[in-house]
Amino acid sequence: MGEHLQKAVQALQERFGATTSQFRDEVSVFLQADQIVEACELLRNEFEFEMLEDETAVDYWPEETPRFHVVYQIYSYKHNERICLRVPLNGNNPSLPSIEGVYPNANWYEREVYDMFGIHYEGHSDLRRILMPHDWEGHPLRKDYPLGHEEIMFSFNFDEINARKRYATE
Amino acid sequence: MPEINTHIDESMLDGFTRLVTQEAIEGKTMLLNMGPQHPSTHGVLRLLLELDGEFVVNVIPDIGFLHTGVEKHMEYKTFEKAVVMTDRLDYLNNIGNNLVYCLAVEKLVDLDVPPRAQAIRVILTELQRIASHLVWLGTHALDLAAMSVFLYCFREREMILDIMEMCSGQRMMTSYFRPGGLWRDVPVEFEDAVRQFLRIFPARIDEYEALLTKNPLFIERTKHIGVLSAEDAMRWGVTGPSLRASGVAHDLRKVRPYSGYEQYEFDIPTHTDGDTYARYLVRMEEMRQSVRIVQQALDKLPYGPTRSNNRKFVPPPRSELGHSMEAVIHHFKLFTEGFPAPKGAVYVAVESPRGELGVYLEGDGGPKPYRIHWRTPSFANLQVLKLLAKGHLVADLVALIGTIDIVLGDVDR
Repeated sequence: MGEHLQKAVQALQERFGATTSQFRDEVSVFLQADQIVEACELLRNEFEFEMLEDETAVDYWPEETPRFHVVYQIYSYKHNERICLRVPLNGNNPSLPSIEGVYPNANWYEREVYDMFGIHYEGHSDLRRILMPHDWEGHPLRKDYPLGHEEIMFSFNFDEINARKRYATE
Repeated sequence: MPEINTHIDESMLDGFTRLVTQEAIEGKTMLLNMGPQHPSTHGVLRLLLELDGEFVVNVIPDIGFLHTGVEKHMEYKTFEKAVVMTDRLDYLNNIGNNLVYCLAVEKLVDLDVPPRAQAIRVILTELQRIASHLVWLGTHALDLAAMSVFLYCFREREMILDIMEMCSGQRMMTSYFRPGGLWRDVPVEFEDAVRQFLRIFPARIDEYEALLTKNPLFIERTKHIGVLSAEDAMRWGVTGPSLRASGVAHDLRKVRPYSGYEQYEFDIPTHTDGDTYARYLVRMEEMRQSVRIVQQALDKLPYGPTRSNNRKFVPPPRSELGHSMEAVIHHFKLFTEGFPAPKGAVYVAVESPRGELGVYLEGDGGPKPYRIHWRTPSFANLQVLKLLAKGHLVADLVALIGTIDIVLGDVDR
């Protein structure tokens, strides 16, 4: 862990009482949902972490408390350091504040997480599905969502399968 | 079926009305649908344009037409089998996708890669970068009505694809890199083929430049079009040539070297204008730098094994199976069950032709990725189209889609 990263992690620990973990050479900082916006502001303004590289989520179903982790990778061009923030969320109506105000490119990443995991972002400017069709039911990357398959249609069962197949409306 | 949160408002197409200005609703500006079947959207990208006369007021990209659920599929495959899924993401940078996935798996399970495999990885990745830039150049020029460049670019790209076929048996869906090294060593013809390519290619770059760099029609269509400032590029997470054309000399091959990139000498081409023409110049120079890297890597290509001999992760060679019971057991275990990965998460990023290509990989102690997320450069860079297009003509939008160099397989995954 570089010196600059160490300082940033220490600041997060002091300010938010965050816990940390280390795997290989990567450091993860665990934060509460209501702290994430402030933590990102702190990282961007005081520690020059200018870019949100990635935002995604992990589902630990059937565990419920916490069920999800929202994972942020934030990068500093100047110091060439990367920090990983993790926000645990419970399975029942998961929601957390959007960090779009701090890193504008979080917009699409958060839409994707919402689309794939059903995690709601408060204060997001445009929370719609992004990859799946707008009338899709369920959130595909949740672990309790089956992988599914396409039934192969032959002439003898074409009508039968066609009748129960879901087509996009409109 | 999973339970659905009722408090989440499932948005409908009406949701678009929130995104356009009041003028569009009153009918003062026009809403126009561009794509998904438009030849210059480089795939199935749909753009909802709000136009004031011929000027773009707002662009609302609608993506997901090519969504294939690669991340979900990979969760159901063992680490070794999932390699084939990676080719299908960014279909112009298959080798680069193989590379970042293998690097992530190797970091997760702490696996070594022999030096020869690393050098071959570098050679092929750089050749793939050239091939990708050639497709970009050809289609970008084609969008701007310069037909002949496209034909020349594809002529040279074919040479690279032949090299890929020589190594892996496939022109595009290579799956050549595997966790721990390569599928097999390169054939004997490989070196000659690459040298032949290196001999002719620098002159060919000059040929393309002769067609475009000082072409007044091309300059007219690209200069001062879609200017992206360095601050905006950094704020919006734009990476790759688009970022470097805005004056930020950031290249993951230099700042966080992987696969032995630190051994090779090369420059990071940058430009300060941040417009479409600057991005063109940066990519042209990048091709020259890639040639330099391939040359160096080929000159000092070491001999030795091309795959790690850690039998817990890498299957034994065919020749051992006949006389070693241990090898048979390892072979059986690896192909029926796969190798387990420890509990933990890694994030690995490489410099793809389009920008930062990252993989977030999480293991749970089992033989399959518990969660894999692709941070794809096209997805990240496409967000900035809105910023670039504001105030430009519809005709320039075609140049702008070309200049951020998106691949829809990469955007939609």
